Amino acid sequence: MSHRLPEPDRPWMMRTYAGHSTAAMSNALYRGNLAKGQTGLSVAFDLPTQTGYDPDDPLAHGEVGKVGVPVAHLGDMRALMDGIPLGDMNTSMTINATAAWLLALYVVAAEEQNVEARSLQGTTQNDIVKEFLARGTYAFPPGPSMRLIADMIAYTVTEVPKWNPINICSYHLQEAGATPVQEIAYAMSNAIAVLDAVAERVPAERMGAVFSRISFFVNAGVRFVEEHAKLRAMGVLWEEIGRERYGIDDERALRFRYGVQVNSLGLTEQQPENNVQRIVLEALAVTLGRDARARAIQLPAWNEALGLPRPWDQQWSLRIQQVLAYETDLLEYPDLFEGSKVMDGLVAELLEGARAELAVVAEHGGAVEAVSYMKAALVDSHRDRIRRIESGELTVVGINRYTESEPSPLATGEDGGILTVDPGVEAEQRAALRAWREARDASAVDAALAELARVAGSDENIMGPTLACARAGVTTGEWARTLREAFGEYRAPTGVGEATAGVRGSGSVELDVVRDEVERVGEALGRTLKILVGKPGLDGHSNGAEQIAVRARDAGMDVVYDGIRLTPAQIAKSALDEGVHVIGLSILSGSHRELIPTVLEALAAAGVDAPVVVGGIIPDADVAPLKEAGVARIYTPKDFELTRIMRDIVALVAERNGIAAPA
Amino acid sequence: MSDDGAALAGRLRGGDLTAAPAVLNLVENRSSARRPEIDALLRGVAPAALGGEAPGHVVGVTGPPGVGKSTLLSALVAAWRAAGRSVAVLAVDPSSKRSGGALLGDRARIVYDPEDTAVFIRSTAAGSRLGGLAPSTRAAAAALAAAFDVVVIETVGVGQSETEVAEVADTVAVVVQPGSGDALQFIKSGIMEVPDVLVVTKADLGQVALRTRRDLSAALRSLGERGTPVVAVSSIAPVQGVDELIAALDEHRAGLDVAARRLAARRAGALADVAAEHGEAGLRAVGGRRGAERLLAREDEGADVPTLVAALEAAAR
Ligand code: B12
Ligand SMILES: Nc1nc2c(ncn2[C@@H]2O[C@H](COP(=O)(O)OP(=O)(O)OP(=O)(O)O)[C@@H](O)[C@H]2O)c(=O)[nH]1
Ligand SMILES: [Mg+2]
Repeated sequence: MSHRLPEPDRPWMMRTYAGHSTAAMSNALYRGNLAKGQTGLSVAFDLPTQTGYDPDDPLAHGEVGKVGVPVAHLGDMRALMDGIPLGDMNTSMTINATAAWLLALYVVAAEEQNVEARSLQGTTQNDIVKEFLARGTYAFPPGPSMRLIADMIAYTVTEVPKWNPINICSYHLQEAGATPVQEIAYAMSNAIAVLDAVAERVPAERMGAVFSRISFFVNAGVRFVEEHAKLRAMGVLWEEIGRERYGIDDERALRFRYGVQVNSLGLTEQQPENNVQRIVLEALAVTLGRDARARAIQLPAWNEALGLPRPWDQQWSLRIQQVLAYETDLLEYPDLFEGSKVMDGLVAELLEGARAELAVVAEHGGAVEAVSYMKAALVDSHRDRIRRIESGELTVVGINRYTESEPSPLATGEDGGILTVDPGVEAEQRAALRAWREARDASAVDAALAELARVAGSDENIMGPTLACARAGVTTGEWARTLREAFGEYRAPTGVGEATAGVRGSGSVELDVVRDEVERVGEALGRTLKILVGKPGLDGHSNGAEQIAVRARDAGMDVVYDGIRLTPAQIAKSALDEGVHVIGLSILSGSHRELIPTVLEALAAAGVDAPVVVGGIIPDADVAPLKEAGVARIYTPKDFELTRIMRDIVALVAERNGIAAPA
Repeated sequence: MSDDGAALAGRLRGGDLTAAPAVLNLVENRSSARRPEIDALLRGVAPAALGGEAPGHVVGVTGPPGVGKSTLLSALVAAWRAAGRSVAVLAVDPSSKRSGGALLGDRARIVYDPEDTAVFIRSTAAGSRLGGLAPSTRAAAAALAAAFDVVVIETVGVGQSETEVAEVADTVAVVVQPGSGDALQFIKSGIMEVPDVLVVTKADLGQVALRTRRDLSAALRSLGERGTPVVAVSSIAPVQGVDELIAALDEHRAGLDVAARRLAARRAGALADVAAEHGEAGLRAVGGRRGAERLLAREDEGADVPTLVAALEAAAR
């Protein structure tokens, strides 16, 4: 084989994960991005849309249009795709619990553009197991959720044959702390669970087509050589699973196809410009070797840990891809690692680990049954990662080494270097929704929903009545509520209870010192210092809350942590009933300005006077207003030393209870 | 909030459910300075103050880790509330002995309306007594039973550790996993005292749950314990068996000599308090456990726990 390709490869699909405020504003953003040379769309929906609530639902308060675009009905989808020729577009939608619904809206919006479903191209993420494990936008219990996925796959394979109905995601697992081995093993286990569920709903001869439509959404961290090996290992396993478990032998169908968003967990608030280097290296991990190259890439931006990226920040990241694809000679060669001893060795090592872990998951009865096990394992891995950063074992430049820095000019603008969504958007969307409801044919809506409820309770495919709902003008909240009533609701496991306990004397000396202080303050209080870690709103970012909860436990505190997506009333009730000495709230989704004051009010109404601390993505500009509202302390990603946070919290409790500082 | 023990007892006697958090904050307090307030609280909810035993039904729900106790409580709480009964849940979590701290995870499994003051849930670490009760649980149950219709204590354990919750509860339900032979083994070998009600969870798993239920019933029959109900429940949708379980719990309670059970609970509680406070050495001073029990048996049947503790301490001196 020549060391050159006869002609250079075509570049991968270039996307930017985008959407905010309203469908119209997001549409303008998409058009701008396409004009800049982006070759596909990647839609970020807001959290109410992702979890199946309308903008006027009490649970949507503070979240409408914040971290994505709100799509409450067909009209919003029309506006979102206005002027974008859907027959030529390749659209990736990060949508899961409500994926069937958003796909239906997309199909009907395309119909209105005279584009038939058969020619639509794109992806619905539609992977629920990783929502339970890492991402948090689930709505229904595991059983019915898997059925919705299987229904969608069965539908698209015949009706929208170029669509990727599901993206099995390992991306989010790495973002929740997974090691490369866990990333591979859990993603493959998940794929098996999905394929097995579909096998029950399609004729056997169609399984080849089903298998070939399953694509992956992976991550690549800064250890980019090993990360590349990880992708090759996934390719090997995928082919093996196809051949051995599903009897597929068509080479094309067996190919491991994946899109990527590179690692964001390792992007830092301190010296944020360093993130650009990290992103470039991570992009190499998924492009360098031709045999395991990504089909589609989207990159985070330099200001990832500060807040939402502005159009210019996203442009910078798109330009990284363009330089890599069009300026360098990357696409001119066959696979660079063929015959590489290092690469083969790494792949073998990862395969061995992954196979062992796959077996453990299988022993639990498969991915769905093993959710609790996998969740606990992820919390433990993340715990270890943070411990290594704190101890300096794992170098992160600008965090635990080379921390001296000139002031960064990047974030000094009037906007603080981030995009801030106008809080007026929520009221606007509520009004627009009211108008939509008034204008539609109410009896058609009722009939469509009644049929949806009937099918939900039957064995028929959910897509038929879902498409009918889309055409009748049903809203996202109505569709999801009907299914919640049919299927019930679910709370995913938190994984924290099973996390390995820190042992006195074996961890850091600093932690032992904090333990002594927790004990001393507990003695003075009369009972063990008790903390409530609460996650208000629809935010599913659980990492911080989980790690704070585990570390508080290791520091000797009694910890109440009830998982994500709680209402202010639930948090206040827990705080009151549990008699906690301090309340820690964690919000990363940007709804803190609305939600924190609401929680403070609920606590006051319940008569709880324990101090409240807040952690998460809190821009500098919001610190003073939150403190004025009564928040005692605020922590952001730069406060990476959890033990220090614990020391701070004990001191706060001591101070509030009139307990003198230690001698 | 006030932790005046007598005042809290007054609120409980008046049926004020909102007293519950302060009651727990008080009884969980280990400092000796608060002891008189706790004593005042317990005196205020003793039979003499109430004019009889506290009316609430104290139910113990116990079983091995992860068997589905908290999820079952979620279904039970919903059913009790639908029937208009107020419920307090005392969830005792085995704590990490090594760090001294604990992650209290039971509450997360229980779905309730946060605006509903007739539901109260408190999680407490078991402290060093793994699988047993938290030091405060006995006092909490005694106090809350004065105001709540149902007081449930969730503890982890299978085998001997149930005895602690059996000392406190009017009715003990042991929850077992379908397919696991543990309970069967324990019952047959006599390690486990026969509970008042046996619950097989995860009935939605089908055959295996039904088979476990059948095996347990057979084992009980062979021991001559025909009367012990064995109920199969599914705590997740579609919920089943919960009404049957509630009926079994109610039936047990209806046939119970509550006064005798509570008397035993107060005496056992006093003994546990003295043992916790003064250790085995303290017990030896009153002639060991047996001696202490004989001494307690001579006390008035209506005597409250602080009085019993005082009697033991006086005898030890
Ligand atoms: C990891 C991650 C994810 C993971 C989350 C996995 C999980 N289970 O937690 C995944 C991939 C699932 C994810 C998804 C999304 N994400 Co995200 N994510 C991140 C990322 C990269 C890191 C967050 C993290 O976990 N850090 C590690 C933990 C340990 O740190 P931490 O939570 O910050 O906690 C520290 C402090 O903040 C503080 N702290 C935090 N909580 C608490 C609580 C207490 C009591 C105390 C004392 C301290 C404290 O102490 C900790 C110690 O250092 C951030 C960007 C960044 N680099 O920070 C974006 C980020 C938070 N995500 C963002 C967005 C928009 C999303 C999505 C909503 C996108 C979408 N439209 O779908 C989704 C949906 C998630 C959902 N359901 O809500 C935005 C939020 C924008 C904003 N606030 O304006 C960010 C900032 C990225 C960006 N710049 O756009 N995300
Ligand atoms: N299929 C099924 N699963 C159940 C049922 N009840 C509980 N579970 C599951 O069993 C697991 C443990 O449930 P918990 O209620 O936390 O069990 P527990 O006994 O309280 O656990 P610990 O307090 O940790 O000892 C969870 O994953 C539940 O979803 C049931 O009736 N059917
Ligand atoms: Mg439990």
